[in-house]
Amino acid sequence: MANNALNISIHNVTKTYGDFYALRDVSLDVTSGEFLTLLGPSGSGKTTLLMVLAGFINPDYGSVKFGDEEVVLKPPHLRGIGMVFQNYALFPHMNVEQNVGYPQKLRGVSKENTKISVEEALATVKLDGLGHRQVDELSGGQRQRVALARAIVFKPKILLMDEPLSALDKKLREEMQIELRQLHDRLNITTVYVTHDQKEALTMSDRIAVINDGQLKQLDTPNQIYRSPSNAFIADFIGESSLLSATVKNGIASLGSSKLKGNQKLSKDGDFLLVIRPEKLFIASKKARDANHFEGVVEDSIFQGESQLMVIKLDPKTYGEQSLRMRLPNSSSTLSELPGIGDRVTLGLKIVDSYFVEKSHGGS
Amino acid sequence: MAVLEHNINEVSLSRLEKRENYTFFGLTVPYLVLVGAMIIIPIGWLFFLSFIGRDGSFSFENYERMINSKAYLRIFLTTFKISLLTTFFCILLGYPLAYFMSQISRKWASLCMIGVLIPFWTSLLVRTYAWLVLLQKKGLINNIAIDLGIITEPIKFVHNTSGTLIGMVHIMLPFLILPLYANMRAIDSHCVKAASSLGATPVRAFWTVFFPLSIPGLLAGSLIVFVLCLGFYVTPAVLGGGRVIMAAMKISSNIELYFSWGAASALGVVLLVVTMIILFIASKLVSLDQLGQRR
Repeated sequence: MANNALNISIHNVTKTYGDFYALRDVSLDVTSGEFLTLLGPSGSGKTTLLMVLAGFINPDYGSVKFGDEEVVLKPPHLRGIGMVFQNYALFPHMNVEQNVGYPQKLRGVSKENTKISVEEALATVKLDGLGHRQVDELSGGQRQRVALARAIVFKPKILLMDEPLSALDKKLREEMQIELRQLHDRLNITTVYVTHDQKEALTMSDRIAVINDGQLKQLDTPNQIYRSPSNAFIADFIGESSLLSATVKNGIASLGSSKLKGNQKLSKDGDFLLVIRPEKLFIASKKARDANHFEGVVEDSIFQGESQLMVIKLDPKTYGEQSLRMRLPNSSSTLSELPGIGDRVTLGLKIVDSYFVEKSHGGS
Repeated sequence: MAVLEHNINEVSLSRLEKRENYTFFGLTVPYLVLVGAMIIIPIGWLFFLSFIGRDGSFSFENYERMINSKAYLRIFLTTFKISLLTTFFCILLGYPLAYFMSQISRKWASLCMIGVLIPFWTSLLVRTYAWLVLLQKKGLINNIAIDLGIITEPIKFVHNTSGTLIGMVHIMLPFLILPLYANMRAIDSHCVKAASSLGATPVRAFWTVFFPLSIPGLLAGSLIVFVLCLGFYVTPAVLGGGRVIMAAMKISSNIELYFSWGAASALGVVLLVVTMIILFIASKLVSLDQLGQRR
């Protein structure tokens, strides 16, 4: 299973249903061996795009290439992709072995070789020895693994996954995220993964393609997307954030009557939003040059296990009616210093963590 | 104190549970009475009658006649042949239709379902006589075919096996389609998609995945059709024109023509036993729950 992964190039793919654009002119390249996540809320078009890759939905126009080969007109069964469905889609009338061996049987692989490859695939997903189980005897996590084994048994060069973990409980899901990622690294298959869970996308991906309203909104590494979201939708959708309304004039941002320093060049005047990640805020004992500061009153303080979430109402005279969320780690040293509800606080946000996005007009 | 309170609760809670159980049992009483009075007792009475000979004493003569008479053997063979053929043609016509309905959107499928159900809700006699009007020598179909010059002599559609089959297939078709369609709707469409993503051609995906998953519905539907056919009376009587004699018709003639309740009862008992045996065998193949409900 050496370096034989395929790259995928998607060009100007558009799909409409009546007046509704499920996909609007999407172009996107997936490099070979990459783990790319299509991330978006439900109805954003991410699954439609995956189905276009799989061949179950034909776009109105546009091109899909696997390697150098144009596949947009190819039916699904000739595309040679492995696919894991949201509800696993295991064949209930076959046992585990027969499920995993199904693609091999279709390809006319001999019985002995099928047996070997099935055992190998089951071992890869850590299900050795469960070949004779019936599908309905398996737990959700095990079914997930069988679906995965079935999708990789014929050594496809591209693996597509449609929210494969969404039916699992949180703990198992988090374990599987890491396991899937390790499996991808081991098998070196170009993987396109669909999820609506931004944390899952951040955890697993080499790059994330954020899709909304059928359009590609941003394509970047998890780190970049988190640090510098390209618009208000992404800032709000990925990670926790407080968005404060700010105005920019002559390259200087201001929040109410207070001036703000930012980490980027603001060449355009207009309404902007300051993206504040709750964990980046800190309680400032004195004002520093490398930070922006906000004055306010603690409105609420919520214990959440590993951290303490605080809602701070900013001084309405200076900032207008706006509030902030701040997250402080719950270590014993900070616990005693935490301000109580009703206390006045000065919050600091490092300039490197101060990031502005344009305030959206209309939908996008 | 805590223990005592706990015990008090236990007693009153178990009393509550008992009361609920009685209430639920009470709901079944009207039906049980009805079944007992209208079905169990008459069948018991028939069973008893079947062992009464012509002279009024206990005898096996009704059963002996059935074994010795060629006419009875022929009637049973006809009954099975017609039932099997009807089931076969129902599958032939019903499976593709049910498949089609399961693949289109629910909105269009409901429209198709109305098309299936309207004849189903129409009186059996009306439909049977309608077929007689359509199929007879000077009926609509023969007249049109002759006018168009397709045939010169009218084809004999009715008062024979083919007429009986046409009518019975039409009447039985909904009984096959309803459970089959319910079963097919419940098949996860992703399974077929998974098959084709794994490399199966559409035909291969159908035969290796969809068809095996539809077998429970197909068996359930076929079973209903077959068992209903075994005891079917009206349609074969009208469209068979007396030439196709099935078990139910023989029962009727035994009573109406020969006033031989004993012979009729014996035939009824045999038919009942055969049906029970078929149901028993079928229950090993397919869960009988599926006859009544969606999976």
